[in-house]
Amino acid sequence: MTYIQLSYSDLALPALLVVMNGVLSIALHLKLERHLAVATARMLVQLVLVGYVLTFLFATVSPFWTAITALIMVLFASREVVARQKRRLEGLWTYGLGAGCTLLAAGTVTVFALFTQLRPEPWYHPRYALPLLGMVLGNTMTGISLGLDVLTNGVTRERAAVEAYLALGGTRYRALLPVIRDALRSGFMPTINGMAAIGLVSLPGMMTGQILAGVAPTDAVKYQILIMFLIAGGTGLGTLAAVMGGGRLLTDHRHRLRLDRIGIDAAR
Amino acid sequence: MLTVRALTRLHISASFEVKDGECVALQGPSGVGKSLLLRAIADLDPNEGTVELDGTLRETVPAPHWRKQVTYVAAEPGWWGDRVQEHFTTWEQAVPLIERLGLPSSCGTWDIRRLSSGEKQRLGLVRALMLHSRVLLLDEPTSALDAVSTSAVESIVAERVSVGTSVIWSTHDKAQAHRVGSRLFIMASGGRIEEHSL
Repeated sequence: MTYIQLSYSDLALPALLVVMNGVLSIALHLKLERHLAVATARMLVQLVLVGYVLTFLFATVSPFWTAITALIMVLFASREVVARQKRRLEGLWTYGLGAGCTLLAAGTVTVFALFTQLRPEPWYHPRYALPLLGMVLGNTMTGISLGLDVLTNGVTRERAAVEAYLALGGTRYRALLPVIRDALRSGFMPTINGMAAIGLVSLPGMMTGQILAGVAPTDAVKYQILIMFLIAGGTGLGTLAAVMGGGRLLTDHRHRLRLDRIGIDAAR
Repeated sequence: MLTVRALTRLHISASFEVKDGECVALQGPSGVGKSLLLRAIADLDPNEGTVELDGTLRETVPAPHWRKQVTYVAAEPGWWGDRVQEHFTTWEQAVPLIERLGLPSSCGTWDIRRLSSGEKQRLGLVRALMLHSRVLLLDEPTSALDAVSTSAVESIVAERVSVGTSVIWSTHDKAQAHRVGSRLFIMASGGRIEEHSL
């Protein structure tokens, strides 16, 4: 396999495209220039750092360091899940739900792929485990945050309908069902749309990366299909767990709607 | 008999009894906590105190079962489906009551979004009446109705009371309180309940 190597100086010219976006934001008074600068700086620092971290991990192949890295990834994902919600469950529940469901879903499908399709030696080899986890995690996180956002907003908006159902002797699960369905649909849709458009509208990053690195397109496609199946499974599992868990936390054992457990992010 | 002892929810606190086949009118200024009280009895909000139906403690009964026995009817009922009929388990049995309240039997196919406040209020009441609850907690059930519909609602509820249903009827209309109630509770500021003679 041969590929064209890039130096950091090669990235200066493409960076001008981001600068162009910043200029546009200033010219059109979009007030996005600060967010753009912070996001670009974060992207640069995070990716350069992760390059060094992965180099270290691939050299050591330690189960301990691989697990620690995976845990940090999950914690950051759960923080993102919380940050993306307008109305959040109050207290530690929201972090617990985000982290628990992300870990459950992304961890399960990643370990499943490592033990069944890929079978690297050792099974926890970070070259396979961490990129796989990263890709599944990113999509699972999106599904969970969308699902929870629609759930908390939907329950708040449909309060009268939910309480009417409860007042007539309905159970909390049945009362929340219309909102739960909406939340699950929202969580699943990006993955479904992504699968439908892939190859026609978009060439996914991982497949493009493999092709640029010299892998035959037909082999890169097989990897991509595997990843899409894992993403679909992880997103489905994570969104389902988060929405059902969220629904449970928004009600109590006496089948009462507990909107007092939702806070409002005034910053949004 | 519904027994309420030291029921506390936010600033309200209440103790009273309502016998079978008795309708108690509940009055008080807006925002004093009448709805909070009715919702607390139905166990729709966290609350403290003791509520019993015929000596059976509320907490010993599953909450959905309790609410089928002690049913809260909101002034502005909520709707979870798109069509009227979706909110009734047995539409055919509801039709006679619906017609008595001045709505046609064909209203089952009506779109919920096109209902007026008064139509929603009447249909919300019929939906609750279909449960044949032991206790009805009516939260301003005629606030959006004209005189004819109000009279029809009062008549239907009176029939239920005559066969043993207990009712707590929250209203701002003093004349209505005298018409429907055999006793009158006034909720004063501070959330205390005082019984007044009718």
